[in-house]
Amino acid sequence: MRGWAGLCCVLLGSAATAAGAAADDLDAVMHALAERSQGSASFVERHFLALLKRPVESSGELFYRAPDRLEKRTLEPHPENLIIEGDTLSIERGHHTRVLDLHAYPEFAPFVESIRATLAGDRSALERVFNLKFTGTAASWSLDLVPLNPEMLKTVAEIRIDGLRDLLTQVEIRETDGDRSLMTLTPDSTSP
Amino acid sequence: MTTRPQRRIALWLLAVAASTWMVVHAHYVADLSAFLPAKPTPLQQLLVDQLRDGPASRLILIALEGGDPATRGEVARAMVAKLRNQPQFAAVEDGDAATVGRDREFLFQHRYVLSPAITAAHFSVTGLRQAISDTIDDLAGSTGLLMKALVPHDPTGEMSRILDRLAVGPAPRVEHGVWASADGRRTLLVAQTAAAGSDTDAQARALEAISRAFQPAPPGVRLRLTGPGVFAVAAREQIKHAASRLAIISSLGVIALLLWVYRSTTALILGLLPVATGALAGIAAVQLAWGMVHGTTLGFGITLIGEAVDYSVYFFVQSAGRGAAVAMQQWQRALWPTVRLGMLTSVCGFASLLPSGFPGLAQLGLYSIAGLLAAALVTRFVLPELTPRTLQVRDLDPLGNRLHAGLARLQRGPAVGVIAVLLAVLAAGVLYQHRQTLWNHELSALSPISPADLAFDATLRSDLGTANVLDLIVVTGPTEEAVLAGAERAAPVLQELTAAGVIGGFDSPAIFLPSLASQRARLAALPDRAVLSARLQAAVADLDLDAGQLAPFLDDVDRARSGAPLAAADLDGTSLAVGYAALILRHPGHFTALLPLHANSASVTPDLDVARIAAAVSSARLANTQVLDLKVQTDALYASYLEEALRLSGIGLLLIIVLLRFVLRSVRRVARVLAPLLLAVLAVAAGLALLGVRLNILHLVGMLLIFAVGSNYALFFDTAQITPGDAHPPRLLASLGVANVSTVIGFGLLAFSAVPVLQALGATVAPGAFLALLFAGLLCRPRSLRPRSGPELTHA
Repeated sequence: MRGWAGLCCVLLGSAATAAGAAADDLDAVMHALAERSQGSASFVERHFLALLKRPVESSGELFYRAPDRLEKRTLEPHPENLIIEGDTLSIERGHHTRVLDLHAYPEFAPFVESIRATLAGDRSALERVFNLKFTGTAASWSLDLVPLNPEMLKTVAEIRIDGLRDLLTQVEIRETDGDRSLMTLTPDSTSP
Repeated sequence: MTTRPQRRIALWLLAVAASTWMVVHAHYVADLSAFLPAKPTPLQQLLVDQLRDGPASRLILIALEGGDPATRGEVARAMVAKLRNQPQFAAVEDGDAATVGRDREFLFQHRYVLSPAITAAHFSVTGLRQAISDTIDDLAGSTGLLMKALVPHDPTGEMSRILDRLAVGPAPRVEHGVWASADGRRTLLVAQTAAAGSDTDAQARALEAISRAFQPAPPGVRLRLTGPGVFAVAAREQIKHAASRLAIISSLGVIALLLWVYRSTTALILGLLPVATGALAGIAAVQLAWGMVHGTTLGFGITLIGEAVDYSVYFFVQSAGRGAAVAMQQWQRALWPTVRLGMLTSVCGFASLLPSGFPGLAQLGLYSIAGLLAAALVTRFVLPELTPRTLQVRDLDPLGNRLHAGLARLQRGPAVGVIAVLLAVLAAGVLYQHRQTLWNHELSALSPISPADLAFDATLRSDLGTANVLDLIVVTGPTEEAVLAGAERAAPVLQELTAAGVIGGFDSPAIFLPSLASQRARLAALPDRAVLSARLQAAVADLDLDAGQLAPFLDDVDRARSGAPLAAADLDGTSLAVGYAALILRHPGHFTALLPLHANSASVTPDLDVARIAAAVSSARLANTQVLDLKVQTDALYASYLEEALRLSGIGLLLIIVLLRFVLRSVRRVARVLAPLLLAVLAVAAGLALLGVRLNILHLVGMLLIFAVGSNYALFFDTAQITPGDAHPPRLLASLGVANVSTVIGFGLLAFSAVPVLQALGATVAPGAFLALLFAGLLCRPRSLRPRSGPELTHA
């Protein structure tokens, strides 16, 4: 019995330690991300849709400025500018600009907050929307985000963000219907 | 004068009774038709339609300020719920998601009749391949994951084409489910009244309903409204308030003056009879002639007090101090002809307003003519009968003597004639120097709206993306179908102008409801299922989309083919119905489609190159299609009123000269009577110009009034000079002094009014009337007033 208990203790202890280490690493990553006040990266995004035989690809640049401004400037194949600032989202395509209130479109929240709150290093903002699972180390990490809201879960199954220290390298959005999008990021050399 | 006294009084009472009946039963109109042309040209008619019933005229912009955004959002939703079921509102919008959802559902369902891209070629193999390949590219964009659900139904992207076409202006920002200002400090709503914007009563009721719906307001949240109806109601209130308050104050002032002069309540009451009769007669005459009375005409009725009260002043003061019966008879014999001539001179002046195309001005002319005639007749024929033989008004000889002495002292100075000529030259010089900026040709000169209110209006419009519709393409036709087809023919021209950056875009009723012909053509362009299926296979063969995914598309096209074209009634229940109704004006026998033009957001100036747009429209040879620049046309209309009024005033002056020449039989006397009046007008105009005031049409009316009032002064001095025995100089001077003070009181108060039209009138007439008396006294130089004897003037 004693042995069992000891084993349990060891197992539990090591699990707790592992969880503690992960939590520490998550905090470290979040802290490092929060330190950055701005950044930019070029991106390549591919949508894997059941509808299409091959993935469709777009590319452009991503700009972030703390605490809450994110700009996604798509250059190919169709120029498009998407700006998220505070609670508004604006999409500029051709001559048209649409400005949306994020409160009015809760279905956008997982797409917006996954990247923005991560870039901001705002753990509590992430936890308001997602269940967090951190793996890896502060130097090379993965963050799995599962929406808390059952409505959101109907479209987005999971978002996985990969990073090296305070840089994001990949964002993968898995939809409930099996479609997914994969965005790979290359930080600009000019960026600090 | 064979009429017996009782009969005169009976006749007068009858006339008063009849006028009173008419005044009570008159139709009072409080809209802006007083400022719209009586006989419009076709282009002016379009303008009038716009100003009265146009979509812009029916818009009320509502802002909620203060408190927190969430509270404001709740207030907005509650207001919308309360206002939407009221029939007086055609629409109340706050940008809520439910309406947006309903609209999208409708557009999606009817996309194959609404999308302008639907042609036979669009559904050929090549057309399908191009459209579907574009859609696949769109799937790569940020919204790809969100729009992918639509693709199996709409692989050719008709929905996004329709949405792009609808969203011409920048869409307003949405916060907490409702529209918000760009800075987030205001929550915004838009209401469109069912009644025309020119129906000020209906607009006032709508504003009240909005204020009621705002209650109970949470603490800290404020309601602010703007829009044409708001301005119209505020302006009317302001004029009503100012006119009635000023009327009361100036009436009190004149009554106090008359009480001081007469020292007799009987004389005071009798003295007000001509004024009261004149006011009643004026309204009755206008009602008889036009079948309705403009509010503005009533507003200016106040001006009659100043002039008509003079008649009884002349009567009582000039016939005072002698045996009453003898004095009155003598007044009727000796001085009534002068009052009559003065009155006729005024009538000539006001008659020049009668042919004006500006209904407000024509009514003012008739009102004044009828009022003055009635007041003068009552003074001559009724007052003497009603005045008790024992009535004694105060002897004003001491006052007259003091005035006499003062005038004499002035006349002892350097030659007044030389000074007068110098003054005239100086004034003319000033006017010549200011000739470019002398007249204000913009209608806004008459607008009582403050620049701060206009700025607030502009802010809300830019937040809501509701352009202040100033430039439009207007298509007229006998049927709704004809104007919709016309609007569709204009679209390619406007698209080219948009591409060239001349305009930022345009709205069109045909976007909401295409013409039946277009809808039928689109339905006819849809291939049947077997054909479409085969073409689709071929089209997507080398694309990344599997035709098997597109069965819903085949189903939807099939359903669309068997459907009927849309009618206006089908739009009901969506906000598209409002958008459509705003752009189609229904008149008996004809329809008008409006295509508002938006400025290019990249352009530095919000003004459009109207000439270039007009050239493009005319070179496209579009039938029944015109470019309408509201601001330019409105100002042109007002400028034409002003020009016409100036021309008519010239004719009025000529009429006065002819009348005076005929009655006075001496060019010299005519010149002597007119010189002080012209000098007074010149001096006032020059003074206003020096003060930086730009003259408008009401200043011109004021100048006519200077002539009307001043002609009495000049004619009395002239009479005193010709027949010195009939006039008792000090008493004559006293009566003129009292009459002048009453005029200056009445108009002087107007000069302090915040309402531009009243202010213009007061600032012209008050100094003008005083100067007219001064110049008349100095220049007409009655013999009996002269300090020393001069060369005799021969009486022709």
